[in-house]
Amino acid sequence: MSAAALTTYSLWRREVIRFLRQRNRVMGALLQPIIFWFLFGFGLGASFRPSEAPEGLSYLEYYFPGTIALIVLFTAIFSSISIIEDRNEGFLQSVLVAPVPRLSIVLGKVLGGATLALIHGLVFALLAPLFAPLTGFQIHPLSFLYLAGTMLMVAVGLSAIGFTLAWRTDSVGGFHAIMSVILFPMWLLSGAFFPAAGVPTFLQWLMLLNPMTYGVGAMRYAMYRSTDVGMEIPSLGVCFGVTLGFAGLMLSLAPRLLKKS
Amino acid sequence: MAGNDAVVVNELCHSYGDRQALKNVSFTAAARETFGLLGPNGGGKTTTFRILSTSLRASGGTATIFGDDVASRPDAVRRSIGVVFQSPSLDKKLTVLENLIHQGHLYGLSGRELQQRAAELLDRVGMQDRAKEKVESLSGGLKRRVELAKGLLHRPRLLLLDEPSTGLDPGARIDMWEYLARLQESDGVTVLVTTHLMEEAAKCHHLGILDEGSLVAAGSPEELCREVGGDVLIVESESADSLAPKIRERFGGEPKVLDGQVRFEREEGHRFVPELIEAFPGEIEAVYFGKPTLEDVFIRRTGHRFWTEEAAS
Repeated sequence: MSAAALTTYSLWRREVIRFLRQRNRVMGALLQPIIFWFLFGFGLGASFRPSEAPEGLSYLEYYFPGTIALIVLFTAIFSSISIIEDRNEGFLQSVLVAPVPRLSIVLGKVLGGATLALIHGLVFALLAPLFAPLTGFQIHPLSFLYLAGTMLMVAVGLSAIGFTLAWRTDSVGGFHAIMSVILFPMWLLSGAFFPAAGVPTFLQWLMLLNPMTYGVGAMRYAMYRSTDVGMEIPSLGVCFGVTLGFAGLMLSLAPRLLKKS
Repeated sequence: MAGNDAVVVNELCHSYGDRQALKNVSFTAAARETFGLLGPNGGGKTTTFRILSTSLRASGGTATIFGDDVASRPDAVRRSIGVVFQSPSLDKKLTVLENLIHQGHLYGLSGRELQQRAAELLDRVGMQDRAKEKVESLSGGLKRRVELAKGLLHRPRLLLLDEPSTGLDPGARIDMWEYLARLQESDGVTVLVTTHLMEEAAKCHHLGILDEGSLVAAGSPEELCREVGGDVLIVESESADSLAPKIRERFGGEPKVLDGQVRFEREEGHRFVPELIEAFPGEIEAVYFGKPTLEDVFIRRTGHRFWTEEAAS
């Protein structure tokens, strides 16, 4: 294997090992979105009457892909924060003076974060059928496979944007501000929490411009394994295209940041 | 002769915003020697180190390592250098061995070859029995040894160390220099080390002394000390300011007042001491006499002591 591939592998492996050694990280990234899913799902269920949704679509079901997206986002944020820690604790110093392409460093960190995001998202998705009697909707076994692939794409994009934002931030506190002002609103405006139909035009525009809208859309298509998801969202091709394109764009931007520093 | 030069620094400049951290610094380190950059904090050592390690781009001038320019051929430079940073660079959550394996991957090493090389280096720094321990459980001295092993893992031709004894107690410091010397002997690497400690600088083959971003002296420690000439006399007096011109008037030389003491250099200083005391009865409280040290070299070149504001903070 080349030094570049070994570097990506080594950094990816390190993320997984560190995660397994600090398991309390699971709680934050997984439990909070699940609690939100239950509380919002049952709490808003009675008042959720979107204009074009089919009869019988419960808010728990609508909000299910959104919860996966939130889990993926939280895990990506945790791994972005680890970049700041790696830098402040000095670990990255020796990585940055190694004779390897900067992209292999970015890929190692991003794929590491994306792997953890995928694991978290899948744990939640696989738990969902257990709650079927309570929530009233079922997921086809094949959907998990589709969802896993989609989650990975979304996770790479979110980990990579997290990387570029974290690289310019020198403290974890500063990143919390970015998280609440940029990343969390991105999720809120992605169709994860409420559909675009019926909201004011300026919000609809914001939602259209938000790359995460297409990630959550892709998850809806994956969940139903159909081009008909019961509401008007960007087409399947656009959702997957934008999601992949966004991940690619972020991955090509990040190495430039490393060169400058 | 270019073939024998490991590091050639020419008119190197760097500014952080308005502050000029390096001003036209030039020096050469020969292959297989230990070259020290000595200077107080803020002198420009770490800036030079960061430029040489390809972590920072200089604002002006050039630096080459074994003929490769650090700015235009960073990857070639990165392959030939091993870097030990002042602040720790190990992953505390990983074991000693895991840290070395990761480091090896960065240089394209893998598999059995890497395992063997890691074991070999752990053996050489006396850490083979700690390989499976997490780094966070090690003492500062042991962590430094792992950093050293990490820097040497890919058989670099030049080892760069930035203040390697930071945070080490005197015992661990001596220990580290011993390992360094042993590793240098066995691997034949060139070592470039920054330090603010005179006793460490004295162990180097050649030195560059940096102060406020400028190179104020260069040479072997012996040469530099010889240049001071004769012996160093330090006179303690309540009226040091008025005493200095009187000494000059009577005996010549260049007595300087530093921190309420008069310092000057004199051949055959030991014979001169009684003469001096008799010449100014009652004005002299004590006279210290000694061979010139690197600190005397520094004072002679800069006109101030090594520790100025630093001492207060």
